[in-house]
Amino acid sequence: MSQDVKTQIIEIIAEQAVLDPADVSMDQSLDDLGIDSLGLVESIFAIEETFDISVPFNANEPEQSDFDISSVAAIVKAVENLIADQKS
Amino acid sequence: MKRVVITGAGTVNALGLDVKSTLSAMAEGKCGIGELNFRDVDRLSIKIGGQIHEWDAEGRFNRQQMALYDRFTQFTLVAAEQAISQSGLEFVGELALRSGVILGTSGGGLSTQDENYRVVYEEGKNRVHPFVVPKLMNNAACSHVSMEYNLKGPSFTVATACASSNHAMGQAFNMIRSGMATAMVTGGSESMLCFGGVKAWEGLRVMSKDACRPFSLNRNGMVQGEGAAVFVFEDYDHAKARGAEILAEVIGFAMTSDASDIVMPSKQGAARAISGALTDARVNPEQVGYINAHGTGTAANDKTECAAVADALGRHADNIMISSTKSMHGHLIGGTGAVELLACIMALRDGVIAPTINYEEPDPECALDVVPNEARDANVDIVLSNAFAFGGLNAVMALKKAS
Repeated sequence: MSQDVKTQIIEIIAEQAVLDPADVSMDQSLDDLGIDSLGLVESIFAIEETFDISVPFNANEPEQSDFDISSVAAIVKAVENLIADQKS
Repeated sequence: MKRVVITGAGTVNALGLDVKSTLSAMAEGKCGIGELNFRDVDRLSIKIGGQIHEWDAEGRFNRQQMALYDRFTQFTLVAAEQAISQSGLEFVGELALRSGVILGTSGGGLSTQDENYRVVYEEGKNRVHPFVVPKLMNNAACSHVSMEYNLKGPSFTVATACASSNHAMGQAFNMIRSGMATAMVTGGSESMLCFGGVKAWEGLRVMSKDACRPFSLNRNGMVQGEGAAVFVFEDYDHAKARGAEILAEVIGFAMTSDASDIVMPSKQGAARAISGALTDARVNPEQVGYINAHGTGTAANDKTECAAVADALGRHADNIMISSTKSMHGHLIGGTGAVELLACIMALRDGVIAPTINYEEPDPECALDVVPNEARDANVDIVLSNAFAFGGLNAVMALKKAS
């Protein structure tokens, strides 16, 4: 996984969680980090703006979205896939 | 305290341009939601809505009126004309002084704002039409109804997002009940189906791209609608004395605030509003036959609303019918409670319970009788209409069959 994408996503998530990026670990879920539904849509917005991609995510059916948000690592992987798909 | 009755009703919405066609569409379970059609719709990811497509504004209003009437005002005036004409009231003398207009809207003249921001920002023009402000203001519709029909009593506009028109009608109800007014023109209107209006909603990621399926396990969000519904509320003694036809009686109203979250609904706040409306109406839960649900089709609202109904009505929750007509006309935001009140009147007057259409899979968290897909004949005496707004502001009305 690209260090750059990972670093930027951790920064986005850390800002939402009001934590130092060093305190965010890859296996944590957004729930673990105390990020609620509004924090989640704000994080997705920040991800879209940062990487200039479109993230398919409907708050009504998070588990059915193609975008896996189960952990920080999952989000990084999902964003990498979207960048690969949408920038190719 | 005065009794309060409804003696006139009017509407324009995606299901019909009057009450008769709207109620027959509801009874048939017809869907008014389809592809959106307006400028820049191709730049949206949400492309469906309950839009009024056959709206001939130029045919209804003259050039001077068009310059002052945003679409939400146009909808209001047409609905008000139907309602006041049905009531047979003429507002002159003392009656004019004791009658007013209270309407709900959330976005007001949003399409006027959208068009004019486009002119100055996108097109780089430095001049806008002189009537932009009187056209976009949230009270424009209320003021035009007041001017058109000589209504000189208490008049204002209420904006509480998705609960606006229930809050508005609740104020109208209490003013007549307390003896402060004789008749009130009340309801709500919304016209957010323009590029900026839908784009803003896209951001929250709560909108469905394909259909509004309230209470169904596979629901995936809300779908917006547009239009208006307007009613004439009147002092029962005044209506009776002049031999007016009574459509239904308004018997209770309650409002609460969740005081918890700006978007997530609270079961307690909603349940307190439902119980409050019953207490205000002095009826027991067992007397309620039908609830017109807020039923937005979002994951959060529908399960919270069902839990709140179960809390407020206790065991009787399993016996009542509860349906969401938003599945047919979409969510009219500040006008939605008004259009939904029509389904309540249909239940009381015609004994027809409007269905929740697009219902495909039962959700164990919404295990109430949601009148799936087909209207039902039933004799009900008392009904409730729920509205729960973003911001946690709840407003529930109770109505009774005319007697």
